[in-house]
Amino acid sequence: MQNTGLSVKNLSVFYGEKEAVKSVSLEFSPRQVTALIGPSGCGKSTFLRSLNRMNDTIGGVKTTGEIWIDGHNINDSGVDVVLLRQQIGMVWQRPNPFHKSIYENIAFGPRYHGIRSKRELDGIVEDCLRRAALWEETKDRLHKSALALSGGQQQRLCIARSIAVKPKIILMDEPASALDPVSTAKIEELISELKKEYCIIIVTHNMHQAARVSDRTAFFYMGKLIETGETDQIFTNPVEKSTDDYISGRFG
Amino acid sequence: MSAKTANRVATAVIVLVAAFIVLLLAGLLGYIIFRGLGHISLDFLTSAPETIKAGGGIGPQLFNSLFLLVLTLIITIPLGLGAGIYMSQYAKPGRLTDSIRLVVEVLSSFPSIVVGLFGLLVIVNLFGFGFSLFSGALALTVFNLPLMVRITEQALAGVPREQKEASLALGLSRWKTITSVMMPISMPAIVTGTILASGRVFGEAAALLFTAGMSSPRLDFTDWNPLSPFSPLNPFRPAETLAVHIWKVNSEGLAPDAAEIAAGASAVLVIMVLLFNFTARWFGRVLYRKFTATK
Repeated sequence: MQNTGLSVKNLSVFYGEKEAVKSVSLEFSPRQVTALIGPSGCGKSTFLRSLNRMNDTIGGVKTTGEIWIDGHNINDSGVDVVLLRQQIGMVWQRPNPFHKSIYENIAFGPRYHGIRSKRELDGIVEDCLRRAALWEETKDRLHKSALALSGGQQQRLCIARSIAVKPKIILMDEPASALDPVSTAKIEELISELKKEYCIIIVTHNMHQAARVSDRTAFFYMGKLIETGETDQIFTNPVEKSTDDYISGRFG
Repeated sequence: MSAKTANRVATAVIVLVAAFIVLLLAGLLGYIIFRGLGHISLDFLTSAPETIKAGGGIGPQLFNSLFLLVLTLIITIPLGLGAGIYMSQYAKPGRLTDSIRLVVEVLSSFPSIVVGLFGLLVIVNLFGFGFSLFSGALALTVFNLPLMVRITEQALAGVPREQKEASLALGLSRWKTITSVMMPISMPAIVTGTILASGRVFGEAAALLFTAGMSSPRLDFTDWNPLSPFSPLNPFRPAETLAVHIWKVNSEGLAPDAAEIAAGASAVLVIMVLLFNFTARWFGRVLYRKFTATK
């Protein structure tokens, strides 16, 4: 059981002169799924990517504000980004398994972090694949290329890969938007399962998905956090008019 | 003219141009190989050249070309990989990076005779390496290094960003990400590019005239001690390559069969370059299959 959440204070992200995220403050609780919604270009993905400092890898991005996890400010220049990223897993919009075998995709991270024993690695691989509901489908071809899996399987493999290094928080950037309805359902099921242990933050364009999987919802518009609250409340009784307009499909 | 006619005319012109180029190339290749093939024999490929008698071979020159290639690669691959990795993964875009890139481009478009003379003045005379394989390899590095850098840089830039991010997100260091995730994906492109770039080593003559020299000592192919002056493996001995030999035989050859020797050697050179290119393509495909486990 993890008891780590994430606390964001006055986070702003600049692409050169353009302010893509404008002074956002937001709390994320452990064992909860928070959905970030909003029209394209509203800054929600940029916000998500700043939580594990993935924006650092792109030139010309400046981030200000504080992101607190376990009493450490992620944006502090003294923070070891490499260590930090181990605590915060990430899943992308398009499945991006490594061009390696299914086994290697999972074992790669833990091995780098110091687990050498084959038995232990075998255990991690099986455990992670089971938790991603992928074990039955892959146990006979663990050493075949991960690229031969279907899109939905690849995405579940990516989720299994991210939990293999024991993160506390998992960031998901539209994890099901490139998948068919059946695979999407499986991913959503998996998210509900994973939230028993992790703090999950998910960006989604799919209102139904946000309503189905999340406990809390945050609505972004033009780089600003407009409104946040319990998902039920946001979807049935939003305070702000623009939230209501977006959710009911009047724009976006 | 209607759009349909314009389309037909354009298609016809393009097909004609393509056919012309293919014919030109096929004609050139056919001519060189047809003229030279009759002269190629095992004896021609293995025996030493004769100065004034007929019947000399190109054995040492063939060996020199291959050995020079290996030496050049030993120098260029580490340097090129290192610089390419730096340029694509570590260098921040800015004036310094731009100027490095500019220098690299200029380097690759240097006239080879200028590089040869520079090599003569600096490597051969100033540094005192003399006419040697090593001097030749350094001169060739001037051409191959820019290619190597660009090939590596582009191959790494071609790796999908999500692959890199996925590795970083697992808490892996940048270096580990480059070596374990990005390099395997870009390896086929790097290997193919390297082999194609090194094909140039075979054809280069002007830069080698004044660096590797125009003569070979009497090589003793039983002596494999790299320090012995007559050993084929000694990198500090003068070494005439095949391309230089063709040039020399053509311009000042005294042997009565000079024309035939030049024709035969040219055919050998062309066949080697072709073989090299085909091998590169095949090898690149094999590597791609191996690394991505696609059948």
